[in-house]
Amino acid sequence: MADHVPAHGAHPRQSFLRRYVFSTDHKVIGLQYLVTSMAMALVGGLLVMLMRMQLAWPHSSWPLLGKLFPVGMEGGLMKPEFYLSLMTMHGTIMVFFVVSLALLGGFGNFLIPLQIGARDMAFPFLNMLSFWIMVPACLVMLGSFLVEGGAAAAGWTAYPPLSAIAEAIPGSQMGQTWWIVGMALFIASFTMGGLNYVTTILNMRTKGMSLMRMPITIWSLFLASLLGLLAFPPLTAAAVMLLMDRHAGTSFFLPSGLFFGNKLMEHSGGTPLLWQHLFWFLGHPEVYVLILPALGITLEMLPVFTRKPLFGYRMTVYSLVTISFLGMIVWGHHMYVSGMSPYVGEIFAIGTLTITLPSAIVGMNMLASLWGGLLRLRTPMLFSIGSIVFFGTGGFGGIFLGNATSDIQLHDTYFVVGHFHLMIGGVTLMAIFAGCYYWFPKMFGRMMNEKLGKLHFWLTMPAFYGIFLAMHYIGLAGTPRRYFNFERYEFLANIREPQVWITIAAFLLFIGQFLFLGNFFASIFRGRPAPVNPWEAATLEWTTPSPAPHGNWEGEIPEVHRWAYDYNVPGASSDCTAQSVPAQSVPVTL
Amino acid sequence: MGENGGCRRGTASAESLFLAIVVWLIGIIVVGLGARQWLPELASDHGAGIDRMLTYILYCVGGLLLIGHGLLGWFLWKGAGRDRISFRMAEHRVERNWSLIPMIVMALVAEGGVLVLGLPVWAKIYGPPPADSIVVEVTGEQFAWNIRYPGADGKFGKQEAKLLSLDNPLGLDSKDPDGKDDIIGLNSIHVPIHKPIKIRLKSKDVLHSFYLPHLRVKQDAVPGMTIEFWFVPTKKGNFELPCAELCGLGHYEMGGMLIVQSEEEFTKWLEENKNG
Repeated sequence: MADHVPAHGAHPRQSFLRRYVFSTDHKVIGLQYLVTSMAMALVGGLLVMLMRMQLAWPHSSWPLLGKLFPVGMEGGLMKPEFYLSLMTMHGTIMVFFVVSLALLGGFGNFLIPLQIGARDMAFPFLNMLSFWIMVPACLVMLGSFLVEGGAAAAGWTAYPPLSAIAEAIPGSQMGQTWWIVGMALFIASFTMGGLNYVTTILNMRTKGMSLMRMPITIWSLFLASLLGLLAFPPLTAAAVMLLMDRHAGTSFFLPSGLFFGNKLMEHSGGTPLLWQHLFWFLGHPEVYVLILPALGITLEMLPVFTRKPLFGYRMTVYSLVTISFLGMIVWGHHMYVSGMSPYVGEIFAIGTLTITLPSAIVGMNMLASLWGGLLRLRTPMLFSIGSIVFFGTGGFGGIFLGNATSDIQLHDTYFVVGHFHLMIGGVTLMAIFAGCYYWFPKMFGRMMNEKLGKLHFWLTMPAFYGIFLAMHYIGLAGTPRRYFNFERYEFLANIREPQVWITIAAFLLFIGQFLFLGNFFASIFRGRPAPVNPWEAATLEWTTPSPAPHGNWEGEIPEVHRWAYDYNVPGASSDCTAQSVPAQSVPVTL
Repeated sequence: MGENGGCRRGTASAESLFLAIVVWLIGIIVVGLGARQWLPELASDHGAGIDRMLTYILYCVGGLLLIGHGLLGWFLWKGAGRDRISFRMAEHRVERNWSLIPMIVMALVAEGGVLVLGLPVWAKIYGPPPADSIVVEVTGEQFAWNIRYPGADGKFGKQEAKLLSLDNPLGLDSKDPDGKDDIIGLNSIHVPIHKPIKIRLKSKDVLHSFYLPHLRVKQDAVPGMTIEFWFVPTKKGNFELPCAELCGLGHYEMGGMLIVQSEEEFTKWLEENKNG
């Protein structure tokens, strides 16, 4: 592969189509992913705005929306099955098509070669293919709203029998089949990407870039890609089995005696619990696929904006590796009250809570990285701090849920909704924004507007935090999730009013994001031209002009002589020593 | 020193103080709200153990959260006022030793909690019910709870899937003598106070979840499985029974009621509902 890349990165001029559409350049593909994830985030956000309207004002009629969604909101009144479709697709889109796409597809593609000193990914064509399989995956998911019965409505977890039998819910007619096809395409694309990332990181590091000199972002992307590669295949198998149960009369997940609308089903011999095991065998590692790169980006910001090395780099790497390993073997904590053996449940609880040990090390190292630093509160740093705050509250919330005994009360309540939104919604979103503001100059050679960026932070962080913190408390009060409204139950009388406040905060949050989108796209053309190393950072991507040329470095790829965080080295002339500076010039401190 | 470092320190520290105050407030608000009573009023025996587990975590986590936010705010506030870093990096050995602190704390808080406070409660809930338990069979369907008592003989009548119909929602075999005295109901479960109640939980279509928020009971109903668990109600009154596992478009309305009565009232109810 490497033979095809000329040593000086001098590429013949390519047509527009090859350069920007069917490009094999990792930077272009990364941006394609990032922009796709923004578009999908708008859809996912709009879906949840509709849900929030329903939850705050359950009986209101919205005639305009009735015209827009003639089936789901006939006459302007939302139907419960439409609400469940919105919910299912919001979850699916946000987890897979926004956060995974932005962090691994976007930042993974953009950063890996630049930060490890490679000219491109190991398999550039596979990389392009991966993106162009993601596009139909997105289209199939979105298109499923238009098929008979509407989009899938069995939750992003798609538990059978609800997801397996067409009579169970309208969304389980064709919508669920489209969902399965969309997921299959997504997994195919994601696997190509993952193979590429792992191979590139293992084989294409520049001279001197040992594993323990890699930036923490690369470590986190490496571990996340590995987890994805190991965890997605069981879901692929499960999806095929579900497809068979739906259309070929098999009974992998369906026992005998199922009775729907005066009709006895002919299935027999399967069990719904099998799906739950297969789904969460992916589903739990998947949340680490999301959170690890987010933590990596969060950590990456700290040395740059405190002008001192990351505290406990090695311990952090060991902790991330441990978290990844443990993350693969604790999926059962999603199933404490599922009917799984209680013995197994308790073992999963003990295993799950061991994750708090390495996670707390990461948390402490984040704090200690700020200790004694010279703080520069630029926009990326603000979002990084937001991420730390979310990681704190979200992480502590996890202790309530990982404990099987307290989970009995909290399982399937809004406490869970609040918890996972803070973690795989909040920490990730904060990190994605931090990364966008931080690497924007690398992407386009211009800076994003700092004032708008800070305003964006002060709109996003409090609104996001407030919404999902409130959900923890109404979850403690017992509010079940996935409810169309809360009117039937007297014990939920007190949580109806907070719904209105949560909805208003959600609207604010959504509107606030246009500040970001506007800033992002306007800055591409009008942003202040960026210096080569605008944040005075030590990692390799800042040793080449912005935007980097095809092949990433005009001349030779720089050699690496030190770790990524040599800030304020005693005796050095600058407070930041790039990884490419030889040890003779400035002493190496790790 | 970069252009962004020292020159605008005044505004920088005002901004960082503001951020620090927000961080401190977050910590205080989270813990302050957490200290309020959110859980529905307790009405079961084992529920006290679950509440103790929750309270323990709330206290521990609340303390850690305050410490964490206190430190974070402090570092942010102090960090912007400096003109040089006051601490660069520690040796690997020191970093390793520091890592022991969060490990020990979490081992005590999280693992200690689950092993010392959690495990005994868990073992009791899923352990064998007392021999004098009152048995109630609950069968979930879209979107109702079918209730069945075994009657005076203590035996449930036979069920057959092929007998299922809209008129016979449980597929009961009318010829089976064991079923003659079974008491059948819908959505209302009558039980006596301070007696162990054993639930046999089933489902005939999709997953449901038997959730009694006041009694700290939650158990999924899985088609093809019969899942047993037990609890002891400790308060008289009507307690709502929502479904906690997404089961279809009527999920939000699939509500039942647990009616906890005195032993005399319960016996009277059994007499009145005896069908021959």
